[in-house]
Amino acid sequence: MSKRDVKERIQDFLEVDEGISENNAVLEATRCMECVRPNCVKGCPVNIDIPGFISAVAEKNFRKAADIIKSDNMLPAICGRVCPQENQCEGKCVLGVKEKPVRIGALERFVADWERKNGIQKPDIAKPTGKRVAVVGSGPAGITAAAELARSGHSVTIFESLHAPGGVLTYGIPSFRLPKEIVKAEIDEVLSLGVELKLNHIVGRSIPVDDLLSYDAVFLGTGAGLPSFMGIEGENLNGVYSANEFLTRVNLMHADSFPDYDTPVLRGGKVAVVGGGNVAMDSARVARRMGAEVFLIYRRREEDLPAREAEIANAVEEGINFYCCANPTRIIGGPAVTGIECVKMNMKSPDESGRPQPVPIEGEEAKFIIEADVVIEAIGQSPNPLLISLIDALKKGERGNVIVDENGMTSIPHVFAGGDIATGAATVIEAMGTAKKATAAINEILK
Amino acid sequence: MAYKVEKASEIAENIFEYWINAPHVSKNAQAGQFVVIRIDEKGERIPLTISAAKGDLVRIVFMGVGKTTKYLSTLKSGDYVLDIAGPLGHPSEIKKWGNCVLIGGGVGIACLPILAKALKSAGNHVTGIIGSRNEKLLLLEDELKEDCDELVICTDDGSKGFHGFPADILKKKLEETNIDCVWIIGPAIMMKITSMATIPSKTKTFVSLNPIMVDGTGMCGSCRVTIGGETKFACVDGPEFDAHLVDWDELMSRQRIYPAQEKESLENFQEHQCRCGEHHHE
Repeated sequence: MSKRDVKERIQDFLEVDEGISENNAVLEATRCMECVRPNCVKGCPVNIDIPGFISAVAEKNFRKAADIIKSDNMLPAICGRVCPQENQCEGKCVLGVKEKPVRIGALERFVADWERKNGIQKPDIAKPTGKRVAVVGSGPAGITAAAELARSGHSVTIFESLHAPGGVLTYGIPSFRLPKEIVKAEIDEVLSLGVELKLNHIVGRSIPVDDLLSYDAVFLGTGAGLPSFMGIEGENLNGVYSANEFLTRVNLMHADSFPDYDTPVLRGGKVAVVGGGNVAMDSARVARRMGAEVFLIYRRREEDLPAREAEIANAVEEGINFYCCANPTRIIGGPAVTGIECVKMNMKSPDESGRPQPVPIEGEEAKFIIEADVVIEAIGQSPNPLLISLIDALKKGERGNVIVDENGMTSIPHVFAGGDIATGAATVIEAMGTAKKATAAINEILK
Repeated sequence: MAYKVEKASEIAENIFEYWINAPHVSKNAQAGQFVVIRIDEKGERIPLTISAAKGDLVRIVFMGVGKTTKYLSTLKSGDYVLDIAGPLGHPSEIKKWGNCVLIGGGVGIACLPILAKALKSAGNHVTGIIGSRNEKLLLLEDELKEDCDELVICTDDGSKGFHGFPADILKKKLEETNIDCVWIIGPAIMMKITSMATIPSKTKTFVSLNPIMVDGTGMCGSCRVTIGGETKFACVDGPEFDAHLVDWDELMSRQRIYPAQEKESLENFQEHQCRCGEHHHE
């Protein structure tokens, strides 16, 4: 894997990681032990036959490798780039015990990129079943569900509320981590299976709930789009953004190219980002690329940062300043932000997530102020309430999620849900995993 | 997929009425809801209140103020906008209130017809009060005369109708008769000042808030407003709220997050328009 030079890459939004060469891919593939009971497969939320595709790479049969991956995962170029492999496949690789695990993510990406360059092969599609299925949302869950359902021969319509498909892949993850032409190519591939995509359609508003429920089956993949705010003083000052807003303005609306594009964003001289996940890293690195000095505030220790390892390393390289064990107490200014007051945190015994519980240190000396003209809150999102609040018969959980059984079935028998709307905010690949389960169950009820 | 502007016309000075072909919006539109429009690939998403809906067509009315609305105003009948999403937001609370007063200020007048029709159908007595700076900026009078049981016209300069503000008429009405519910739709400062009139009598008063939005579906939080001390998203929790609970100063401050950018964008657009104009003459 070669990464672009820091000085160069913080000037643009082109991809940081340039991937591995064919030679290195083959070499890396030969490291695989081809375990009889491969742990890596268990670590993969969509259970890709990892040793199978890697052995095809080792044989330089990249077409075969692509076919193997795509029988389980229609979006490999995306997953190869954004999966937290260290917690999934690579985290389970036996080679990781003594040396470095096989770089499964890099290999997946290599295969997907190879296929895109050398011609994508259309998968087999079953005979038309005559059944109509509605998919709500075109993020990772919706796209996966649509692909699986179309391959099973159903007539699939995706409804997307925004003007572009992809959900978080489009509005959330920046192009330096996931180039938009790759998202487009993988979505186009799904659409080429005969899936109909209706943009600008807000289900529950543009499509009445009764119309939605009249489909033979429904898959809800509306995601966790509702941004959380900390609930501290000064949050509505001008210059305070949710990460969703900041990233949407740049990734979806191209505010980085203002005024060529019409949507503005405050670039900020000094930007404070609150949070420690992938979304926080993305926000920090976007702000950096627009010329700001960036401070990232995280309430636990550096080793507890939940973001993907590679992105933390990239953020550090790109000059993001980390304030760990600190938590904002108020945002200062009026009407525009001038700073953010924080308190230092002490780590107490682990909570139920296994991470240490951060507790504010008492006394004025534990407080400090970071000067900032933009504050971005990346402290999580909860399930999108718009549609599910309009479907009365749908059982909802305390966290605003849709309650589903192990097959993704909701309290309405022909309505299924997957991705963040069912699980709460999780990763792209987990969303795809739950979508795949749900589509298998949909196929069962449509038999 | 783009959406055709079937009929574009300037109905008052610098105020435009477009009927856009968007069945997914028009067939489901209710009073109080809005659409988000994006003109072209480089365009921003702007919210506009639905003024009427008929068959496959939805009507929007806007004033050419910033780059986007000025650019939108250059479209002619038969042109297209790239995206129109909606209907968005909660519909107005339509029920039998009794005596309703609907107040429109400036381009906000355009929001009243669909609301007046719905309230009338629900059995209410509807009084419309519309106000603008002068006669040239008045709009939809004839239509509103039909939709309302009574229509009062005001101008700030007295060039037509009552010489003064809708708030003056509202105060008089509140003294004369029993009013059950009031809607006030217009610029934030006008809504703030006009809604003060109903505080003493505690008359139920709705306002339609117009903060800056991006997606319009509750995903970004750009449109957050403080209502009774609580943060709400105008796009999904509103856009209509109880006027007496709104933090008006915060709303007006948050409407002015991007003055420099708005100026730059508009100047760029106007400069470009001039250049194109020159080119055209050659």
